[in-house]
Amino acid sequence: MAHSQALGAPGHSARDPFSEISKNLRACMQCGTCTGSCGSAAKMDYTPRQVWRMVQSGLKEELFTSRTFWLCSSCYYCTLRCPRGLPLTDTMAALKRVATAEKYANDRKSPPFYKAFLDSVRKYGRVREAEMMTRYFLAVKNPALPLSFVPLGMKLLAKGKMELQLPGVSRGGKLERLYKKVMELEAAQ
Amino acid sequence: MKYFYYPGCSLEHSAKEYDLSTRALMRLLGRELLEIEDWTCCGASAADTASRLLSIVLPARNLALAQKSGETADMLVPCSSCYLNLKRADQLIGRDSQTRGLVNEALAEEGLSYGGGVRVRHLLDVLANDIGAGAIAEGLKQSLPGLRVAPYYGCQALRPFADFDDPEQPHSMDSLIEATGASVFDWSMGAKCCGAGLMTTKKELAQELVADLLDAAKGADCIVTVCPMCQMNLEAGQKKISRMRGRPLEISIVYLPQLLGLSLAMSGGGLRLDLNLALTRPFKQRLAAMAK
Ligand code: SF4
Ligand code: SF4
Repeated sequence: MAHSQALGAPGHSARDPFSEISKNLRACMQCGTCTGSCGSAAKMDYTPRQVWRMVQSGLKEELFTSRTFWLCSSCYYCTLRCPRGLPLTDTMAALKRVATAEKYANDRKSPPFYKAFLDSVRKYGRVREAEMMTRYFLAVKNPALPLSFVPLGMKLLAKGKMELQLPGVSRGGKLERLYKKVMELEAAQ
Repeated sequence: MKYFYYPGCSLEHSAKEYDLSTRALMRLLGRELLEIEDWTCCGASAADTASRLLSIVLPARNLALAQKSGETADMLVPCSSCYLNLKRADQLIGRDSQTRGLVNEALAEEGLSYGGGVRVRHLLDVLANDIGAGAIAEGLKQSLPGLRVAPYYGCQALRPFADFDDPEQPHSMDSLIEATGASVFDWSMGAKCCGAGLMTTKKELAQELVADLLDAAKGADCIVTVCPMCQMNLEAGQKKISRMRGRPLEISIVYLPQLLGLSLAMSGGGLRLDLNLALTRPFKQRLAAMAK
């Protein structure tokens, strides 16, 4: 099932999520404190300060073809330090949400990973790490990717800290009804 | 004194030793843990990328289960990401009636409801403020003199809520570490980010962040953590990161309840240091020598 349908993404609501995000940033004075506080900024195509400006200027395509917000680790430094008290980490999350819902292919790994995580939770209620990673590898379809996780996987297995399990194919799941209801409610928003 | 206990997914598997040492330590200190029956995932940082409502409903389910049990207690949470999500859900539901309405419509599917009111506490907060360094010093059986411990807080125990410590210059671990007879390694990296979930999706970036931390901890005997994700990020790739930086950066990484447990001579079954991924030989030798 497509991600956007699966979770009733905000992109399908009547309101334009991009302008919602923009509203939150209106008080930004472009001081750059957020960028200076961000451990990921050096690796981003656009710095956090530039991202807020792009949102306000409606440069949606430019922003969503960059990987910037997928490099946000949710450290909350920018949120803590912004002199205007803006919800910056939440805004990065909102951008991830819009990119996922509108299927911008600006990042090959992040959306499949988060989807694998949430599908695992939907099915079992709790994350089963090996099962979740298998879902992720299957979705990314890059044969080299699983290999990079082998050393850690072996260590965890050896210590009995991971249980091997393939993704379940049976229908239904522990949190199926709850997920469905959330979708429904969000679509009606 | 009782606490609701929310272990979270990591503590079931990859962070078993954090779960076991937390339970053993609390038992030793005379605190009762009421594990939330049928708890489910808090959504971590994944739910928010898909649905704002889901990111509130998933933790709210657990808060509702705790309340439904009929007990009254604070909720003890050892994982910083779970802590943040549970606390955020509680606050949003308490504060915003529209959110509260939507969340409860969803929870009704599970026969649950939640209006706010369960106090969510990080394990570090409970150890530092409810139990306190005094209780650790009083119970001291095995002093750890000369051990230089770098306290690592990470992000989400401190930010955005800053509930029990300074969000940029935290110090709540200092007196606990000193109570064990060890000394606090003076560094400025305790509140910096380890890359969190980016270790899976943006490995190169996360490894750079971890390399900076390991580099700065040079001179310490171990780093102490209070989050399963921080612990895993710091301990798992040390060989590779050492190669990346062209110098040895191996260092022992232990969970705070393991360090405190050591000083209280908690049994090995509660410590489970055998499950840690990064304990250097010199560190193990130090511990063995101290135990003599
Ligand atoms: S710190 Fe706040 S006000 Fe300054 S640039 Fe960043 S978002 Fe704008
Ligand atoms: S929360 Fe994200 S954007 Fe803000 S400082 Fe941290 S990594 Fe950078």
